[in-house]
Amino acid sequence: MLKHIWAALTGGPVTTDAPPLDADALVQLRDAELAGRLDAAAHRRLGRSLSIRAVDAGSCNGCELEIHAVNNPIYDLERFGIRFVASPRHADVLLVTGPVTRNMAEALRRTWDATPDPKWVVACGDCACTGGVFAGSYACVGPVESVIPVDLTLPGCPPPPRVLLAGLLALLESSAEPLSAIAPPAGRQGHSRP
Amino acid sequence: MYVGEDPLFGLMNRIGKPVDGHRPFPRYRTTPGGWRTLVESLGGNTLSVVGLWGEPAAVHVALREELSGDVVVVSLDCPNGHFPSLSAVRPSVIRLERTACDLFGLVADGAVDPRPWLDHGAWGVTHPLAVPPGPAPAEPQRYPFLKTEGEGLHQIPVGPVHAGIIEPGHFRFTANGETVARLEQRLGYVHKGIEGLMAGRTVGDAARLAARISGDATVAHSLAFARAVEAALGVAVPPRAVWLRGVMAELERLANHLGDIGAICNDAAFAFMLAEMGRLREAVLLTNDAVFGHRLLMDRVVPGGVSVDLPDDGGKRILELVAELRRRFPPLVAIYESKASLQDRTVGTGIVSIRLVSRFGTGGYVGRASGRGQDARRTPGYAPYDDLDFEIPVLTAGDVNARVWVRIREVEQSLSLLEQMIRRMPGVPRDSHGRTPLPRVDLPAGAGEGMALVESFRGEIMTWVRLADDGTVARCHPRDPSWFQWPLLEAAIEGNIVADFPLCNKSFNGSYSGHDL
Ligand code: SF4
Repeated sequence: MLKHIWAALTGGPVTTDAPPLDADALVQLRDAELAGRLDAAAHRRLGRSLSIRAVDAGSCNGCELEIHAVNNPIYDLERFGIRFVASPRHADVLLVTGPVTRNMAEALRRTWDATPDPKWVVACGDCACTGGVFAGSYACVGPVESVIPVDLTLPGCPPPPRVLLAGLLALLESSAEPLSAIAPPAGRQGHSRP
Repeated sequence: MYVGEDPLFGLMNRIGKPVDGHRPFPRYRTTPGGWRTLVESLGGNTLSVVGLWGEPAAVHVALREELSGDVVVVSLDCPNGHFPSLSAVRPSVIRLERTACDLFGLVADGAVDPRPWLDHGAWGVTHPLAVPPGPAPAEPQRYPFLKTEGEGLHQIPVGPVHAGIIEPGHFRFTANGETVARLEQRLGYVHKGIEGLMAGRTVGDAARLAARISGDATVAHSLAFARAVEAALGVAVPPRAVWLRGVMAELERLANHLGDIGAICNDAAFAFMLAEMGRLREAVLLTNDAVFGHRLLMDRVVPGGVSVDLPDDGGKRILELVAELRRRFPPLVAIYESKASLQDRTVGTGIVSIRLVSRFGTGGYVGRASGRGQDARRTPGYAPYDDLDFEIPVLTAGDVNARVWVRIREVEQSLSLLEQMIRRMPGVPRDSHGRTPLPRVDLPAGAGEGMALVESFRGEIMTWVRLADDGTVARCHPRDPSWFQWPLLEAAIEGNIVADFPLCNKSFNGSYSGHDL
């Protein structure tokens, strides 16, 4: 084990560079602000850190696998100050997956109620964005936004870790400064923060 | 006459009439009297239940004779919506019978547990798959949990929303101090109505649903669905497709076992292993993406063959992955073995007896860690595995540690299988334009009934399908291995401390989505 630790210490980081911010995500967040759902002053209060609570509202568990992956040493979400927390009461962001099954709709609503303001909701994966292949079932309500307001959608089935990372970084960026002040992320390509 | 020792087909000939066009295993239609004879036979140990599912006016049960491995389906018409329950002799069907009632309104007479299971009263309809469906429930019903009585007992309700990034389900612990006296699960929160959605869809659309029954076993569920459809239509897929499917299935097994080993250690507070195994798992997923174009390999196995072939350097990349894992995995296993603090948590924790896994017909690492060696790749067996060398690791301790070791051994086997398959992969002849066509055949439109047994990383999947004349899916029932594993988790935790529950749960890693459908 000591050999292993030594190799890890001397081998340099295994973490990949941060992906460029998701431009589409920034546009979505700005729209959310224009619609009056997010308030720029609240963004500033959070600083450069976000606590996320994952809520599975009926996913096939594919999305969960990729959410786990952004926490692995390769993508290492925590280096950006974004971390997953155990309780909605500690969360700034609800990251919701799945086509919101009718059996989970109430639990999702209650989780949202338990999350303190200001809060963001990110719909993760095609199911959460549109209902995906499960749309129209007697057992599903449909997209997350039909149950709680959604600020950001990250499509994909499932969205790969780089897409998740880019979207969450956009959220972090937008919460660090007023959304209206954000320029398109052209100059930020490949930019990696400590 | 004592029927328990009857060979399976002898029993079938006495109680049933064969139904034409069901492949590859025979299906028999029986009478209420025949069904009761079957109930009696299930009191013995020679048969295990592989699945039980409903239709608007019929119930089907799939059985396996343990010794010979023979599989049959027995069907009973229930015009008045009732059938004699199997649950008194086979506790493994309790939840399946409750589900048949929730979805189709089929009542199992004499059922051990008549409570609803997947239906939480929120669907706005009752018996959604019955013809016609029932009215919306009048009043929201309180779910009656089982009673536990005794001095000093207290209850700990957990979920459906859990603290980690995991699927939702409710666990109700009754504890005496630190020790769990009873765990009762309540599942169904992620019921998406997949069986209902599949009905009436084209085979292609239904395959996309099958791929999303349980995301972590997407290859295996896609394969089970594809093979059931191909059996129903009597279609043989190109040999190269069969081998590519095998490659994908083993890559999936590898990725999941690596992830599980890390996650189990993490729940024993050994985060080092989670990080290291996370890197190995990521190496597999990156290879998946580079070679087959999807990290989890979703929609890559399709009825008729596969939707992608290996790129030119695909075989080489997979062999490189195998070599890398062969180099990096064993030192981590050595660390797992040598850490006393870790062993202290996993050895002797969450024991499942061989008696229970046999009675429940439990497969996968849960069954194999408790002495039951069933593996669908061997019995009934399917291509390409019948042409490959591999071992099925079986241990007997039945604890968390044994479930970790079964996974470790299976990782080694999967590496060897991948190597064999890549080296011996059959080619495809070029067509007249000099191109290599995709190994996939067009499916004829037609009716038929088919069934497939496929070994996912978690255990045996059974998928049954009936196609209508126009080639659409009339009824499909995919039975995830979790159905026969979840109930044993309730038994595994008994007498353990509450703090060991996450560890036990992770060592089972049951699928909520695969179970809830
Ligand atoms: S978006 Fe895809 S991976 Fe995510 S829950 Fe839905 S089906 Fe599963």
